[in-house]
Amino acid sequence: MDSAIAIHTQALYRHYQMGSATIRAVDGITLEIRAGEFVALLGASGSGKSSLLNLIAGLDSPTSGSVRSGDQDLARLSREALAKYRRHTVGMVFQSFNLIPSMTVLENVELPLRFAEVERSKRGAMATRALERVGLAGRLRHRPIELSGGEQQRVALARALVNQPKILLADEPTGNLDSRTGTEVMQLIRTLNESLKMTVVLVTHETALAEKYARRLIFLADGKLVSDQLNAAKPRGDA
Amino acid sequence: MKIYDSVELAARNLRESVLRNSLTTLGISVGVASLVAMLSLGIGLQQLFSQRLHSSGLFDRVMVTSRRDLRGFNREQEQNGPAPADSPDLDEAARLNIEKIPGVVEAYPDLRFITELRFDDKPHLTMVSGMTTSQKGSDALAGMQGSFFSSGEAHEVIVQKSFAAELLGKHTRGPDDINVAEVAKPLLGRQIVMRYAERAGSNADGNSASYSVTSRELPLTIVGVTDLDPDNLGGAQARVFLPQKLLESLHAMQAYDFRDSTRATSAQPDYSRVIARVNGAAMVDSVEQAIKKQGFNTFSILDASKGLQTVFRIVDSFLLVFGSLALTVACIGIINTLVMAILERRREIGIMKAIGASDGDLRNLFFAEAGAMGLLGGIFGTLLGWLIGRAINIGTNIYFRNIGIPAEKILAVPWWLVAAAIGVALVVSLVSGLYPAARAARLDPVQALRYE
Repeated sequence: MDSAIAIHTQALYRHYQMGSATIRAVDGITLEIRAGEFVALLGASGSGKSSLLNLIAGLDSPTSGSVRSGDQDLARLSREALAKYRRHTVGMVFQSFNLIPSMTVLENVELPLRFAEVERSKRGAMATRALERVGLAGRLRHRPIELSGGEQQRVALARALVNQPKILLADEPTGNLDSRTGTEVMQLIRTLNESLKMTVVLVTHETALAEKYARRLIFLADGKLVSDQLNAAKPRGDA
Repeated sequence: MKIYDSVELAARNLRESVLRNSLTTLGISVGVASLVAMLSLGIGLQQLFSQRLHSSGLFDRVMVTSRRDLRGFNREQEQNGPAPADSPDLDEAARLNIEKIPGVVEAYPDLRFITELRFDDKPHLTMVSGMTTSQKGSDALAGMQGSFFSSGEAHEVIVQKSFAAELLGKHTRGPDDINVAEVAKPLLGRQIVMRYAERAGSNADGNSASYSVTSRELPLTIVGVTDLDPDNLGGAQARVFLPQKLLESLHAMQAYDFRDSTRATSAQPDYSRVIARVNGAAMVDSVEQAIKKQGFNTFSILDASKGLQTVFRIVDSFLLVFGSLALTVACIGIINTLVMAILERRREIGIMKAIGASDGDLRNLFFAEAGAMGLLGGIFGTLLGWLIGRAINIGTNIYFRNIGIPAEKILAVPWWLVAAAIGVALVVSLVSGLYPAARAARLDPVQALRYE
């Protein structure tokens, strides 16, 4: 497999059983995402974009087909190996931030390092560096509730970065933010993509946002891939 | 995730809902406390009784009686074996035979009689008995003031402290009221005169059933005062002890000698009772069997304590069952608390999985929470149980004192009980944590993260 390919899905299906009805959340998607790409998954609510992201994240297992990342097929990995993949290869950001309210900013960012069994002495410095990168070095001891929405999402970004993953998966990261703070967060994601060469997969329903930041736009409907195109409007360095 | 991190995260989670977790831990504490309190009282009572039995110094002794005698200890024993008329005499020859049984250190007749002892020209009546030199240093003489007999034939006497108090004219409420050192001080080295009836065969060939009785007096020196009761087996307790050899040489009239006067027999009297001292309590059983084979009845303190052991085992298991019930309720409390925590922390579990926690990490986390509650509950419970036991002990002692019984320590918390209580609390908590931990580990992160 080409090492320049970050993620490769082959005839990927994810069906749910809801009573007697079968929900075809992901319905035969074959897709390649190259390393360092900034891809937006677009579609209406229920189009299957979040389901696809969960499969790429190793949070969910496909009904059939494969999701390859590097030289491993996520569909064949054990639960333990999937946890390891989530720990080291991908970082995730969610619409609702998903920080742990009882922990301080620093502790939240340190948490993935605990699961990765990084030595205690190194954790503080690594978490602080990640927080510096998102511009929150001064808020280490605060609880998430004491921060604004934009700041909380930046903490979540720092947490996603702290294990230095190759791929950043963002599920509607600006959905709960106003346009100004949303822009700040998107700028930050683009910086990570450009300076750290992180592969970014962004799930959003806002075409305008995707056109502003992503280099490739993939449209989904009813679990199927509708179109896959390079962003013609993509203006490099319009920030 | 490293164990240390699991414990740290567990501790912080426990602090997050401190009231609920404290109540759960309190539940375990109460369970452990009831277990510890009940068992420590059970063990304490058992120790008290065994100690009492042991301090009698009779654990290595077998009492031998003739089947011809009516004063058997055990009716059932009498119905087996030869009929009383066919069974052998318990005489000097029988004593020597008993002494030959392997494991028997010595066998000596149990001589005792009620007599008058004069001290400061005042008469005092009590039971007199013998004490062999081998009894020197036995548990029964713990706390004795003065010294043991200088020899087997010395004209010396050891008295029990209640008799010592009587000699001094002290009025006491009970044995615990007497300070042995205090009563011994004015008595040691003083003279006491024992009056006794000497039995003498009328002729030397020993074939006559007749004998004569002569009243005699023997001055003795008080050399020791015992704190305990060296002769507390059977109803007639001796309070004055002479060296066994000296007592044997006196040929003092025994109560049962009167039986001989109605029966034709030798001038050599039968013994009412022979005491066989055995080489350690472990030998008692086999020696008893051997003596029974010779046609005598036997009794040992071990026979009595065997029944007692069974009673204690039953009492202990009852206490254990009731204590365990409380602990079972506490376990259900742990399961409930942790299952509630999973429902409440559904989202948090989903987040942890999304950022790389494995099933094992979450299982360990919930295990650590259950274990921490169990450990804390065990420690507090043991402490609480000890306090409850103390309270019961103090309460019963107040009651004892009111009805005139001396206070006793009926509570024992040995180290193994403390360790076992904490260990059991930890283990049952971990077992209770199995189901919640497995449930947390199995939780689907996509489901957990789906809804706000």
